[in-house]
Amino acid sequence: MKRQKRFEVLAARPVNQDGFVVEWPEVGLIAMGSPSDPVPSIKIEQGRVVELDGIPRAKMDFIDQFIADYAIDVKKAEKAMAMDNLAIARMLVDVNVPREEIIQVAGGLTPAKIVAVLNTMNVVEMMMALQKMRARKTPSNQCHITNVNDNPVLIAADAAEAAMRGFDEMETTVAVVRYAPFNALSMLVGGQVGRGGVLIQCALEEATELQLGMRGITAYAETISVYGTENVFVDGDDTPWSKGFLASAYASRGLKMRFTSGTGSEVQMGYAEGKSMLYLEVRCIMVTKGAGVQGLQNGSVSCIGVPAAVPSGIRAVLAENLCTTMMDLEVASSNDQTFTHSDIRRTARTLMQMLPGTDFICSGYGGIPNYDNMFAGSNWDVDDYDDWNIIQRDLQVDGGLKPVSEEAVIAVRNKAARALQAVYRELGFPAITDEEVEAATYAHGSKDMPPRNVVEDLKAAQEMMSRGVTGLDVVKALAKNGFEDLANNVLGLLKQRVSGDYLHTAAILDKEFNVISAVNNRNDYRGPGTGYRISPERWEEIKNISQAVKPSDFDI
Amino acid sequence: MQISEDVIREIVTQVLQGMEVPQPAKTTALAGRAMRLVEKGEVRPGSKADEVIIALAPAFGKYQNKTIVNLPHSDVLREIIAGVEEEGLRARVIRVLRTSDVAFAAHDATRLSGSGIAVGIQSRGTTVIHQKDLPPLSNLELFPQSPLLDLEAYRAIGRNAAKYAKGESPTPVPTRNDQMARPKYQAKAAVLHIKETEHVVPGAKPVEIDVQF
Repeated sequence: MKRQKRFEVLAARPVNQDGFVVEWPEVGLIAMGSPSDPVPSIKIEQGRVVELDGIPRAKMDFIDQFIADYAIDVKKAEKAMAMDNLAIARMLVDVNVPREEIIQVAGGLTPAKIVAVLNTMNVVEMMMALQKMRARKTPSNQCHITNVNDNPVLIAADAAEAAMRGFDEMETTVAVVRYAPFNALSMLVGGQVGRGGVLIQCALEEATELQLGMRGITAYAETISVYGTENVFVDGDDTPWSKGFLASAYASRGLKMRFTSGTGSEVQMGYAEGKSMLYLEVRCIMVTKGAGVQGLQNGSVSCIGVPAAVPSGIRAVLAENLCTTMMDLEVASSNDQTFTHSDIRRTARTLMQMLPGTDFICSGYGGIPNYDNMFAGSNWDVDDYDDWNIIQRDLQVDGGLKPVSEEAVIAVRNKAARALQAVYRELGFPAITDEEVEAATYAHGSKDMPPRNVVEDLKAAQEMMSRGVTGLDVVKALAKNGFEDLANNVLGLLKQRVSGDYLHTAAILDKEFNVISAVNNRNDYRGPGTGYRISPERWEEIKNISQAVKPSDFDI
Repeated sequence: MQISEDVIREIVTQVLQGMEVPQPAKTTALAGRAMRLVEKGEVRPGSKADEVIIALAPAFGKYQNKTIVNLPHSDVLREIIAGVEEEGLRARVIRVLRTSDVAFAAHDATRLSGSGIAVGIQSRGTTVIHQKDLPPLSNLELFPQSPLLDLEAYRAIGRNAAKYAKGESPTPVPTRNDQMARPKYQAKAAVLHIKETEHVVPGAKPVEIDVQF
């Protein structure tokens, strides 16, 4: 066929490099409303759920059973289940219905009923609901800090810059697993240089992740995954109970944690049982609720390419974030991993959470260039900082970041690299040279860093674990080398373990280490004039971008 | 909605064709060399410390014959084996049937490997180097971005696995990263994994494989 020239141009556009799939319900490649999704129902006898969404107790799988026993309030269930889907959806959108009232109703709903409610809503209605339903009044943001070589000096400098730019939580992971203790240590030191009170985590295999937390090297955890079908759980040698047990292990040590789940994971793992992605995800959210965990990272997360490939997939992702808030959980709303070649499409996807605001709009935003992102790339990275700041300024929306000066960034990057250099010297790890400090200070990413001896680093990282190095050793090393302020900040993080206040729902720390959570910063949105409003001070921060021309710049 | 087997097959074909895109990894001709995988019955635990087990996922080289970027499974397997042999060790090939999860497949294999080292590989190409006594979801080296793995990478993976088996601490195979691998390939990866998982036999013991090139 002779090609029509406009079609040729369209075919070359970035969006047409993305992978798309027609709905294929049999294998679960359907975002919402699979013909195999169950019909909502509940039967309660003697205070016990005996039928859930058409499944009698004898036929329940372990997820149904966990939800029936721990995630549904039987006192509210019959009344809530009798309500019309549209009536519940309208309550969600109605500014006159307070958040608390919806939490009460949602506590009595089954997974299929919640899906039936969400199926009636369009994205603008879901955004209205999300604005009201998120737990913490003040929205926030989280970032990724990684690099392809696990270069520890660069991680420290990147963490410092990201903290200064406004992220309240930061997450690292590894290219090579055995580097994990070093990556976590760099985050701990670098993060506290950028701003005291930033929370850091290291996403890993669960036992190592817990161990780093218990040692005080990390401050919270997020990569405790739950799934919507029994087979995927079994494939990971897990059950909802084992995940609940792990959650308790964190709580008992005074460590903040949340679960992770997301639409598309069951399809990705090959066990979707023909159900819609949203239905399976709502089961995950309810397992999280049932386990007593304070929060959940969801929004498809690393499986975003799956819902994004099918119709209404990005709407389903918003619906799952909303459902998490309806369960009274903290939501870290994804907007993290790459799913498209198109700048237009990736922005549209993020506005769904950025405009209403969530507990963490991205989880996370790439605080490094995408070529260094060991979560396989983020929807946003360092090259997008100014775009993000200007979208905040254009729409007077708080996306958690602020414009910063080049001088200030250079200063904190350099201090973080020097502080890590001192800690390495003190703990006897392979030396960090002045050349590396200089390179990390001015680097765009890992390609600007001199190579390190990986084998020596890996040995030292193993030794850091076998020697039992803890957060307190880091405090001592910093104090001894003239980084008193930084030592105090790291100690401030460790103190949180004892007080435990940051275990409250949606907790973050301000720069004085005060806890800001859904308890003392409760979302009270009830329409115009209520809820979170950008303060005059915060607006000054957002609007004053260095690129803007001032009257004094004109000499006429 | 009623969908017949044929309609599904047609959709799969269309979907897969629609997802054929320029490949980031270097690929050779699709045909590849001929390979026969002869199943020899239940795997016995190895006693020789100079072996590395290569654990194939349920469909590898049997129901599927190329990776997500169309590298023939025969070439891929040959490179991993060659990498192991380059270091003077022997590669033993098995098929894991009870799971299609690459970490668990490899971890099962480490317990059967005389050296305690195994390489796990899925049909789409996702690969891991694993060691006995590590937690199943930990690993020595993981290669999660299957579209970025070329034949040289598979050879290097075999080589490093053998070095771990010899008690050495090799420099890890350089990690590759492409943030656009997910947008391009994730849906296809899901379909390939669904097709792999269809051949899982719950509770089945691993099977010894005689590889004939």
